[in-house]
Amino acid sequence: MKEWTSPSITRMSADRINGLLRRVPVWTVYAIGALPPPILLYMGAAGDLGVEPIKALEQELGELALKLLILGLAVTPMRRHLGLNLMRFRRAIGLLTFYYVLCHLLVWLILDIQTLDRIWADIVKRPYITIGMAAFLLMIPLAATSNNRSVRVLGPAWRKLHRAIYGIAILAALHFLMLTKGFQIEPLAYLAAILLLLALRSPLFRSREPAKQAMKESV
Amino acid sequence: MAKRWNNTLTEADVTPYATYLNRRQLMAGAAGLGLTSLAGPLAAGDLDPNSWEEITSYNNFYEFGTNKGDPARYAGRMTTEPWSVTIDGLVDRPGTYDFRDIMAAMTVEERIYRLRCVEAWSMVVPWNGFELADLLAMAGVQDGARYVAFETLLRPDEMPGVSRPVIEWPYVEGLRLDEALHPLTIMATGLYGKPIPNQNGAPIRLVVPWKYGFKSIKSVVRISLVKDQPPTSWNKYSAREYGFYSNVNPHVDHPRWSQASERRIGGGLLARREPTLMFNGYEAEVAALYEGMDLAKYH
Repeated sequence: MKEWTSPSITRMSADRINGLLRRVPVWTVYAIGALPPPILLYMGAAGDLGVEPIKALEQELGELALKLLILGLAVTPMRRHLGLNLMRFRRAIGLLTFYYVLCHLLVWLILDIQTLDRIWADIVKRPYITIGMAAFLLMIPLAATSNNRSVRVLGPAWRKLHRAIYGIAILAALHFLMLTKGFQIEPLAYLAAILLLLALRSPLFRSREPAKQAMKESV
Repeated sequence: MAKRWNNTLTEADVTPYATYLNRRQLMAGAAGLGLTSLAGPLAAGDLDPNSWEEITSYNNFYEFGTNKGDPARYAGRMTTEPWSVTIDGLVDRPGTYDFRDIMAAMTVEERIYRLRCVEAWSMVVPWNGFELADLLAMAGVQDGARYVAFETLLRPDEMPGVSRPVIEWPYVEGLRLDEALHPLTIMATGLYGKPIPNQNGAPIRLVVPWKYGFKSIKSVVRISLVKDQPPTSWNKYSAREYGFYSNVNPHVDHPRWSQASERRIGGGLLARREPTLMFNGYEAEVAALYEGMDLAKYH
């Protein structure tokens, strides 16, 4: 059964998955993705997030944002190297990432830190907060231009602008790493995943893309 | 020895465990009947202890994992019987003391203390325990001793967290001798009148209420009287962030977060932050220990 390891078989299963994905309307991704933050808020209010629901909510939203960010960064490498096409959902993934970051930030501002003077003091004095805040601010223009009109109007500049997500992803991973106490695996795993997905974009990996041919054919 | 500490809170302030349970039932019943006004007079002031559930479900005990729920999930595996504490170093009667012998010799009392974690959350805990000074007197402190070093149990079979080098194991802590002999410093062996649960540091742990929680080392197996300042776990990990003293001090920030305010566990999603008190509210009792010291330098 030599064929099982051959790229053509992988291609076939990727095509099947792509076929199934084409039938998923994009709005369902928005709808499902929008649900967890209000559900988590409800769970926190109901006592289902433990005895310190504010921190639990803040951390959960932050980690979900990081996971979505990684998923968004994985779209291009998955298409290039696995032939898996999630391009239709990339904007939804990106905008949902921004939505989770915004929820994470609002929980921190309103429920956790609570007063403006403390918020400002933290932003200027705590490097991990400064970095997190910078990542959020850098995401605003990306979220604001995640629409067809902006893509048309900005032209090639749109692609350049949206490459800012590479830097934002590193800032986000550092933000998590810097707030962790002790030597812990989880933030390092996020950082490693992000660095790997960025490395896959380098010319080194692009030169031998197995799916390149298929992409050319399909375009 | 310093004068024994007199609790300004009396036995009347303590909720006996049975009453505490009854009260919960009563309150549940009252809520069911719509008699919510009953909750008013029952809720005491500032030092109303946190509930058993709060104190035993939200813990930092990294030997069992770094999530707050990990100790409650995994600490049940820790064997606490038999248990002994080795007291050595500059003492007249060094040796390995059986936990039951220690308990037979000590007078256990209830102490309601604030607990302030370096992560800026806090609780009020009704401990049962005895003054560390009494235990040290049992071993006989020699003249040359200036510090007390403590060590937590390290038993990888029973501690899933120690397979990862989060910090260096075993966990170690230390106090200056006058801090150790201060009447506020206790070895806790109980909570709400019951044996202390494993996740809270069974069967015997240190409680130093004016210092950040990590100084109050759990599940102690060794106490050494020493001449020089002993190494302490978090200080070894990052001396800039965690000083040897680690007294609760709203004016000296941790580099990564402010220590000016704290959030009491148990207030739910809308819990307000409260200002952190100097020496965690024990300034009158302990400030004299640090007279003339630069508390920002010796943080």
